[in-house]
Amino acid sequence: MSASTTTLVPSESPAGAVRPGAFGNAAALACRECGARQPLGALFACLDCFGPLEVVYADEIVLSREQIAAGPHNIWRYQPLLPVPVDVASFPSTEPGMTRLVRADNLARELGIRTLWVKDDSNNPTHSFKDRVVAVALTAARELGFRVLACPSTGNLAGATAAAAARAGIRSVVLVPKDLEPQKVLTTAVYGGTLVCVDGTYDDVNRLAIEIAGEQADWAFVNVNVRPYYSEGSKTLAFEVAEQLGWRLPEQVVVPVASGSQLTKIDKGFGELGCLGLVEPTPCRVFGAQATGCSPVATAFAAGHDVVRPVRPDTIAKSLAIGDPADGPYVLDITRRTGGAVESVSDEEIRAGIALLARTEGIFGETAGGVTIATLKKLVDGGRLDPDAETVVFNTGDGLKTLDAVADAVGPTATIAASYDAFVSAGLL
Amino acid sequence: MTAQVRIPTVLRNYTGGAKDVTVEGSTVGEVFEALDAAHPGIRGRLVDEQNTLRRFVNVYVDNEDVRFADGLGTPVADRAQVSIIPSVAGG
Repeated sequence: MSASTTTLVPSESPAGAVRPGAFGNAAALACRECGARQPLGALFACLDCFGPLEVVYADEIVLSREQIAAGPHNIWRYQPLLPVPVDVASFPSTEPGMTRLVRADNLARELGIRTLWVKDDSNNPTHSFKDRVVAVALTAARELGFRVLACPSTGNLAGATAAAAARAGIRSVVLVPKDLEPQKVLTTAVYGGTLVCVDGTYDDVNRLAIEIAGEQADWAFVNVNVRPYYSEGSKTLAFEVAEQLGWRLPEQVVVPVASGSQLTKIDKGFGELGCLGLVEPTPCRVFGAQATGCSPVATAFAAGHDVVRPVRPDTIAKSLAIGDPADGPYVLDITRRTGGAVESVSDEEIRAGIALLARTEGIFGETAGGVTIATLKKLVDGGRLDPDAETVVFNTGDGLKTLDAVADAVGPTATIAASYDAFVSAGLL
Repeated sequence: MTAQVRIPTVLRNYTGGAKDVTVEGSTVGEVFEALDAAHPGIRGRLVDEQNTLRRFVNVYVDNEDVRFADGLGTPVADRAQVSIIPSVAGG
């Protein structure tokens, strides 16, 4: 799949040499800025230009739809397209993936769209798409000999990391901003690892994590020093959508943007399926969704800039509140290349988006889901998203983790005495 | 003005493994010039040919991101800490 068939010798890891085949068909780490290649190992920044590193694969991958269908009912069915060994399914993981793709006819009708699907990743073991990326990061951490699984998180990653570490029987260390939603704190702490609330924004927490990762040689920060592997897990969203659509690509997708990694990997995943002949390489317009209170990528898109200027987040969509999104420039590249866009929506629109998805499809998304649905509506209303093109939107988390967002907007229709008369008098018939 | 510069792991090959380096300078740009004089080549990893910070390099002066200030022109007070951190954000 890469331009070269070179297989580099894996670099040293905390435990010494890496076993042959530890990263499956992955061949090297390549800088997305300058193209320089590094051996597979615990590197996350280019040694030449500081650019982010990405996994590249051997050219000779041969994979059929039948092979995939015969695999496990989780992300490991796509093992040949991930940086994981062939025996990955034999190790304990949360076994994420194969979440439902819901045909959203009610929502489509309300928005005036012909064919709409919701990829509902709240079905994952810890109720967000982060289980996918953490499963791949955990595998890399194990193969590289790390002893601790760690992360900075806006919330969903926290629970996914703590749960995966518990399942693998290793220590977890999770760093979160101290103003995180209580539901996300509790649904992380319950797994029993180390949970640290930091006085600062996510970007402050992230910076601290990078510094700790630089000093603790045997700690794998899933989205820092094993990030090239971790981020590949998001490709499985694209693989599943294509497979669930009967091995074809949608014409449009709307994806929430925090760091931007998920959007870039969905685009990469669709591209890989086309290269391998698993789908027709039909065009797919990629749209990004941000909250206006943290919209550095949408702002750069609207201004025609190639560079994303960091912002200080102020939004209820805390899982998207990354003011300095590392993959922002690539989101701009992809959305412009495919004819998409990056749009943002207000906190009020986010709340309305959550309610709209729940009311029309019975899916309670978290605030990021509200951002995506509200952005979908805005794009349709503004004539930028083609209502006649088949569209997939991604609900990446569970509304039960962001209850405060709707607490003031929804509640009981009535509170009555336990009698039929009271029911009638309250006008409930 | 004396500044203490925190060196990230990937650049410590320039500093002989040192995590912290003390140099003179009253702006971030001057600090980087002094850093390069002491450890030749390191500035080129941080600043591009147009004399702007590379886009995947974050620099903080006493915890303030210099991109919210004046970039390489950001003032550095005496005994300030300058941190160089690769841009990685995961969510």
